[in-house]
Amino acid sequence: MHSFGYRANALLTFAVTILAFICAIASFSDNFSNQTPSAQIQILNINWFQKQPHGNDEVSLTLNITADLQSLFTWNTKQVFAFVAAEYKTSQNSLNQVSLWDAIIGEKEHAKFWIQISNKYRFIDQGHNLRGKDFNLTLHWHVMPKTGKMFADKIVMSGYRLPDAYR
Amino acid sequence: MDWQGQKLVEQVMQILLLISGVVAVVVGYATESFRTMMLIYAGGVVLATLITVPNWPFYNNHPLKWLDPSEAEKHPKPQVVAVASKKKFSKK
Repeated sequence: MHSFGYRANALLTFAVTILAFICAIASFSDNFSNQTPSAQIQILNINWFQKQPHGNDEVSLTLNITADLQSLFTWNTKQVFAFVAAEYKTSQNSLNQVSLWDAIIGEKEHAKFWIQISNKYRFIDQGHNLRGKDFNLTLHWHVMPKTGKMFADKIVMSGYRLPDAYR
Repeated sequence: MDWQGQKLVEQVMQILLLISGVVAVVVGYATESFRTMMLIYAGGVVLATLITVPNWPFYNNHPLKWLDPSEAEKHPKPQVVAVASKKKFSKK
């Protein structure tokens, strides 16, 4: 501590070390938050259901997505990334997941929402297995922190079924 | 800065930074504001810098006692004699 530069260096190093501890504590505090998200998805309409020239099935849906993700936001949350995936089983693959819609929610106020849209991303199968297929619609979310660990979870909604013939 | 001052500066610096860190986390968690936590901590770091880094006069209350110059002249440094050893070497 004999010179200005020595003291400035020591102070800066210790300050940054403590900053790292502060961020770790902030991230750890996320484990104590009580999270109760809820969601519902309705398929309002099957717009069309065809077999593409390459042989893969494709379907276009109009979805009504209602969700309340406000309880996921903590003091250490930067944003929540939410997406809806259609999940089903085929003879080729034990699990197919096709992402249909996603959104980045930046503020807690925007986390309780109702949206009616056709699927943002195309629902195309690897093959032609979709006729009469039962599938789940799962709302996944990733809670992205300002500092530290990211948490991810989902709600599975089952009971959806595609028509038996192309339209 | 003298030795006592340096010891004081190290202790004050560590305590100030630790306390501002703890206060920052507690207040930030209570107000649910990450921004508050960072602002309080930044304020604490600036305060610690202002108190401990410049060479304030109260860190020089125990100045070093250097020897009086006349005392040092009474005890001259010993001179190394190199000539005698060279002669011994050539004989071998």
